[in-house]
Amino acid sequence: MQTLLQNLLNGIAAGSIYALIALGYTMVYGILKLINFAHGDIFMIGSFVGYYAGRKLAQNNPGEHSLAYAAIVMLLAMLICGFLGYLNERIAYRPLRNAPRIASLITAIGVSFFLEYGGQFFFGPDPKFFPTLVEKHVINLGGVVTTNYQLIVLGVAIVFMALLQYIVYGTKFGRAMRAVSYNFETASLMGIPTDRVISTTFVIGSMLAAVAGILYGLSYPKIDPLMGIMPGLKAFVAAVLGGIGNVPGAVVGGLIIGIVESFVGGSQFSNYRDAIAFVILIVILLFRPSGLFGKYQPEKV
Amino acid sequence: MKKTWLVLSTALLSLLLIGCPPKTGETGAAAAGGEGGEIVVGEYGSMTGGQATFGVSTHNGIMLAVDEINAGGGVNGRKIRVITEDDQSKAEEAANAVTKLISQNNVVAVLGEVASSNSLAAAPICQSNKVPMITPSSTNPRVTEVGDYIFRMCFIDPYQGEAMANYLTKKVGMKKAAILIDVKSDYSTGLASFFERTFTANGGQIVGKQSYAQGDSDFRSQLTAIKAGNPDVIFVPGYYNDIGQIAIQARDLGMQQPLAGGDGWESPKLIEIGGKALEGCFYSNHYHVDDPAPAVREFVQKYEERFGAKPDSLAALGYDSTRVLADAIKRAGTTDGPKLRDAIAQTQNFSGVTGSVTLGPDRNPIGKKLVVLEIRNGNTVLKDVVDPSAGSAPAATDTSATNAGTTTSTDTSATGTAPNTGTARTQ
Repeated sequence: MQTLLQNLLNGIAAGSIYALIALGYTMVYGILKLINFAHGDIFMIGSFVGYYAGRKLAQNNPGEHSLAYAAIVMLLAMLICGFLGYLNERIAYRPLRNAPRIASLITAIGVSFFLEYGGQFFFGPDPKFFPTLVEKHVINLGGVVTTNYQLIVLGVAIVFMALLQYIVYGTKFGRAMRAVSYNFETASLMGIPTDRVISTTFVIGSMLAAVAGILYGLSYPKIDPLMGIMPGLKAFVAAVLGGIGNVPGAVVGGLIIGIVESFVGGSQFSNYRDAIAFVILIVILLFRPSGLFGKYQPEKV
Repeated sequence: MKKTWLVLSTALLSLLLIGCPPKTGETGAAAAGGEGGEIVVGEYGSMTGGQATFGVSTHNGIMLAVDEINAGGGVNGRKIRVITEDDQSKAEEAANAVTKLISQNNVVAVLGEVASSNSLAAAPICQSNKVPMITPSSTNPRVTEVGDYIFRMCFIDPYQGEAMANYLTKKVGMKKAAILIDVKSDYSTGLASFFERTFTANGGQIVGKQSYAQGDSDFRSQLTAIKAGNPDVIFVPGYYNDIGQIAIQARDLGMQQPLAGGDGWESPKLIEIGGKALEGCFYSNHYHVDDPAPAVREFVQKYEERFGAKPDSLAALGYDSTRVLADAIKRAGTTDGPKLRDAIAQTQNFSGVTGSVTLGPDRNPIGKKLVVLEIRNGNTVLKDVVDPSAGSAPAATDTSATNAGTTTSTDTSATGTAPNTGTARTQ
């Protein structure tokens, strides 16, 4: 029972990071019908910004860590990644807005490689160790052991997901987003500045990836320029699982992937831990291609 | 115009192909004829990637030895030049690197790797090209089984696994162990099974067995499963990069058991990553940097002067491998593949930093010493020395290694005085 709860807790902590990344995939897909494969690498950049900023802070104020530090580092990572997301859309995807969708998809893969190997060039290919931003405490809840890190991850993830939910469903901008997602051309005819909406969507998605990058760095302090690949792919699976284009779906999908992985990792099949996400992808594509929360839309011929 | 270009470039290309320098055998022959050019030795290693400190340390050790040899006039009047290829800690890149070293650089011998999976990928290429390869520190037994051109400078995993299991059961009195294996590494899977064999033979019990893949970042679920078995110790025969994270996450889960492992832990990065989480953990190693033996002290001093850091055991083995190779080239009087191979195979009682080297018929060194280290206050403390030259030989049945080393490393001083009854070294 204790093991069960422990695995559940670990799974939720890992899953909430996947969920934050999955949100970026699902938002961009919802609006542009484009799978932004570079998203996992924006997540990586977020971690690296956290690494450099955190170390700089630690150098200037040795021996002190606090939540305020973590917040500053996170804000900085969000700003830089948001700007990068904007550039990514402006330079790589906007010129291809009216090109066949396959062109944008291949461009996305190109941008992904560019960031990965550019990262190897600038940051160096060796793993780096994320600085301790907050003092770590082990918390024992009646046999189930957690750390304040896991609680921070969970708390921050929930705050940002709630914020996103509010933006999408509670603001004028969110209404514009949903309109663009529903029908791009009609939305532009209605006077919605579609280009700006799309840019902003990229910026928001990239900021969420930056948050995920910092949380990931806190929980698993080994970061390297290729670290975005696996979490990126798994978050993509999470987005598909929840129904790509669907915001609550991405969160549920992320949590499911995290929890399933945690249980598989703790079983005798721990070898298959990385494979399980893709087994889920195949199963979901076979039996419910529109995902758990997605609407089934037959293709019109 | 276009045609002219085509003709010209074809001509150039064919010229290049014809002009290609001959393969290794002939380079050697030319050398034997007293040509006196440089001796080109290849090195492949993990200069970057997940095991970067392995490659960098080994490289430093090799360069230290090469510069010393060259400063002393080289080998048979010829200087040694090392060409280094980075395999990025990947087995497939190791194969590419060695292919390049042999076919393009015409190296006379190859030094590398540390990780057994990478050595196993490169060894068949050296074997089929008849280029001798010396692995300084791959401990998986299968590496030298690839063929008669593959040699090693360190002990092997059956020995290492046995030594750690013996230490934990007999000296510390542990009864229950859990094992966490890196399934991507031949080194880890091999060492784990040898450990398990001895641990259970000594009356211990394996209460949990889990696996991970190199480079994973989340080990919590495996550790949660291990925690349920309540082991006295967790044996993690992985590489330093993962070990630190595993230790941190184990402590996060409230697990206080020590971790134990093999020489894959040896890296300056180990404690940088794991920090306090690694206090009280054990690992087996090839040498201890604070060893008072004069050969070790001299090596440590030279290394620190040049690189400004303490040498780890991989640097020491890189240093020893290079010197053994140079010694063999000197004795062979040629760099011709088969002759050089025979000369390396005949290495006996060579005095190295990590002990005296005598290669057995299976091309593994006989009777190399092993130390068990404990991590205390961010440093390693010597806990135990297993010196097979005082007991049974680990690697081979050959019993000619008789330098009666007793406790800490005195083998180096015994070199030369040891009665030399070497047999069957000509294979």
